[in-house]
Amino acid sequence: MTTQVLTSAPGLPAKGPLLARSGWGAILVALLVVCAVAPALNLLLPADSIFHLSDYLVGLLGKIMCYAICALAMDLIWGYTGILSLGHGLFFALGGYVMGMYLMRQIGREGSYQSDLPDFMVFLDWKELPWTWALSDSFAATLLLVLLVPGLVAFVFGYFAFRSRIKGVYFSIITQALTFAAMLLFFRNETGFGGNNGFTDFKRLLGLPLATQQMRMTLFVLTGLTLLGCYLFARWLVNSKFGRVLQAIRDAESRVMFCGYDPLPYKLTIWVISAVMCGVAGALYVPQVGIINPGEMSAANSIEIAVWAAVGGRASLIGPIVGAFIVNGAKSWLTVTFPEFWLYCLGALFIVVTLYLPQGVVGLVQKLRIKKGGQA
Amino acid sequence: MMRHKMMDALRHSVLRLGLGLSLACASGLPLAAHALTAPQALELAAGEADERVAQLLQLAASDDAQAHALIRALSDESVQLQDGRVLIVQGAEAIDAVSGAVVALADGAEEAVVNNRLRGALDSALAGMDLLKGDAARQREAAAILQRGAFDDPTPAQLPLVERALSPEFAARLDPAARESLQLAQAALHLASTDPAQRSAAARRLAGVGQPIVKALLSQRLESETDPAVKTALSQALSSVERALSTASVLGQMFTGFSLGSILLLAALGLAITYGLMGVINMAHGELIMIGAYATYLVQLAFRHYLPGAFDYYLLAALPLSFLASALVGAAMERSVIRFLYGRPLETLLATWGISLVLMQGVRSLFGAQNVGVENPSWMSGGITLLGSLTLPWNRIVIIVFAFAVLLAVALLIGKTRLGLFVRGVTQNRPIASCMGVNTARIDTYAFALGSGIAGLAGCALSQVGNVGPDLGQNYIVDSFMVVVLGGVGQLAGTVYAALGLGLLNKLLEGWAGAVLAKIAVLVFIIVFIQKRPQGIFALKGRQA
Repeated sequence: MTTQVLTSAPGLPAKGPLLARSGWGAILVALLVVCAVAPALNLLLPADSIFHLSDYLVGLLGKIMCYAICALAMDLIWGYTGILSLGHGLFFALGGYVMGMYLMRQIGREGSYQSDLPDFMVFLDWKELPWTWALSDSFAATLLLVLLVPGLVAFVFGYFAFRSRIKGVYFSIITQALTFAAMLLFFRNETGFGGNNGFTDFKRLLGLPLATQQMRMTLFVLTGLTLLGCYLFARWLVNSKFGRVLQAIRDAESRVMFCGYDPLPYKLTIWVISAVMCGVAGALYVPQVGIINPGEMSAANSIEIAVWAAVGGRASLIGPIVGAFIVNGAKSWLTVTFPEFWLYCLGALFIVVTLYLPQGVVGLVQKLRIKKGGQA
Repeated sequence: MMRHKMMDALRHSVLRLGLGLSLACASGLPLAAHALTAPQALELAAGEADERVAQLLQLAASDDAQAHALIRALSDESVQLQDGRVLIVQGAEAIDAVSGAVVALADGAEEAVVNNRLRGALDSALAGMDLLKGDAARQREAAAILQRGAFDDPTPAQLPLVERALSPEFAARLDPAARESLQLAQAALHLASTDPAQRSAAARRLAGVGQPIVKALLSQRLESETDPAVKTALSQALSSVERALSTASVLGQMFTGFSLGSILLLAALGLAITYGLMGVINMAHGELIMIGAYATYLVQLAFRHYLPGAFDYYLLAALPLSFLASALVGAAMERSVIRFLYGRPLETLLATWGISLVLMQGVRSLFGAQNVGVENPSWMSGGITLLGSLTLPWNRIVIIVFAFAVLLAVALLIGKTRLGLFVRGVTQNRPIASCMGVNTARIDTYAFALGSGIAGLAGCALSQVGNVGPDLGQNYIVDSFMVVVLGGVGQLAGTVYAALGLGLLNKLLEGWAGAVLAKIAVLVFIIVFIQKRPQGIFALKGRQA
């Protein structure tokens, strides 16, 4: 951390320690909840206790935490840099696919065809693994690829897009075209990633069975730790000089250029970081949910990520996390109780948030607090 | 054996041509003549596959009314076998096909099986029998069936049937187009003739028919041909057929590309106004198309229930109504949401996406998640057949014409009317337009409603060529944005070129790389193209983001 003192502009987070004392306290509580309280409630308490955390809830919360990482990544690129990506679902799915390939190889000969090859390849009458699967049996390589594949795709796409100064809506639309094209590609059987069924029926991770309570809890804790880590990293990033330049680009890109900055490396770096975060979220998501298919790359999924960030509040790091929890919590509740109404609610959410809550829920809370403070 | 039977049949027919024909046709009763013999009937009803077909065609080529009655009954699947007798079942009673006597139907009766091969031959037989009874249209239809039969499965047994129809005594009554078909059928059958001259003539006759099946026929014959003269004739004919086929396939691809282009054009025209001129990112544009399609569906339902007689004209009512439906929804959107988001394109994008979700779910709640069926009016079904194998469907042709009509109307509206003048004025310079007394807020609403209404027209057109379901719009939204972005914002001409160009490119690539890869290639092309020319093919200054 640099000790350089900047006069903070109104609306920007104050330059100072990474977190205030209360912030560290909150992080500590979160860490405790994720690593100790939740596992204890799930594993140690008997299933009929009212405090018991059901396996369903563990799965759901784990899933939502993956989404929250995506929302955080979206916030970095949209909230802090002003670039709306409608293609983050692609990076999420790429991370998921890399992990899925490893999990498919872990099935071994226990598939329905008792072959070394994944079932869908036997079904397509393939005799050997395509080159894309070359590294899929090593866990270390998989972890590396989870970072590299989305990162590389984002780098190549971002380099060309930012170099020709594609901005605003144009950028949004071509990211949407990108994820749409990728979805079509992955839908093909010949691409070698399971066609429209994708990957499923996973059995093991690192030789350990996936369908146990302990494994689920481990993944849950891992996801929670990743989310906290991503949050702290993002916090550090936006408070750094680099983060300040990003916000300056968001607010007045031409002015930044006149000041002698080249926005390209800044935009490209944050774009790749954001994509890699999404990829990590996807890789954590797949073993918990047990399936990955090209549907994850649909335009609707990517745009939903934007809405989590918008609902929670852009340009605040806690906002997107809160937003992911609110929207997905509502989704899993409504799709069970009133399946008809979920899309109405989601649609209305899009409209209401953009019209009346430009700062999201977090902005609303802050406004209320300021009002209260003023009255007192 | 077969040859003998054919001679037999020919003798029968020659014998009866003078006196039997008129009598048999007029009375239509089985007892008019007792030419059908029991073995013949039995073979037709229950013989071996090849013999049945041969017997069938031979009997059909005869003028025996009893045999014809049996064939018709066989085609209706009302022939039963009982104690070695062939019975025609008519309601409760059964008639012996040979003697004409009424017989009691016992439990042990077996139905005469009609398999696919025999079904094909039956169609030919019936067509041959009825060829000369109907008017010109019926004759053409029957001749076409005979031709298809001769092309698909040429057997010498079909020849008498075809030649009977071509015989000089009927020449005067035969429709010219039907004669053409029959001659082609004859040529296909003559390919297997024993006379080399006849084979060469047949090959030359077939050279002008650009159909894949003819290509197969000719190359099949070429393999087994020994006579050198016939061989040359066959190979010449074959290459000429192949040329015709490849021309037709290229033309066909161009046509489907043009057709896709016109559909893209229709889908994108509305967007060219709302996004191109006004700069509003409307992600619900696809849903406005869908609303137009559903409006068409409702009009179609109403016509079927209340005005079934005028069903063919329902599109005339559906056009204005689909325009209105989408325009009203669009105006409501503009007034309630989009108005507050001018100048904030990303927010507009999200809000209109939300609207699209609500509209989609609304339609799902009202009409169900399944696709609904929209029937084409009868004048739109069928098509023009060119070069033998190329069929241009009417509905596609109508849509191409319609797309350009809408384009013309939009161009006139924007270029020549007062509303268009205002829209252009507001686009170019809002404050000055406002100073001149233009009610800019109202113009925004009108322009947005106009763009939405055109989306509705697109929906009406799309309902004629594709499925109508709640997800209809989703399929077009990415494509229509691509068209507008590629064409350049604020430009109708750019939209036209981009739509047609993308359509053609897509279909040409499709023929070469498959549908999905073609689509991906097009998307990648657009992404690369926008890198090079972010302003599209034609750049114009507009009120864009």
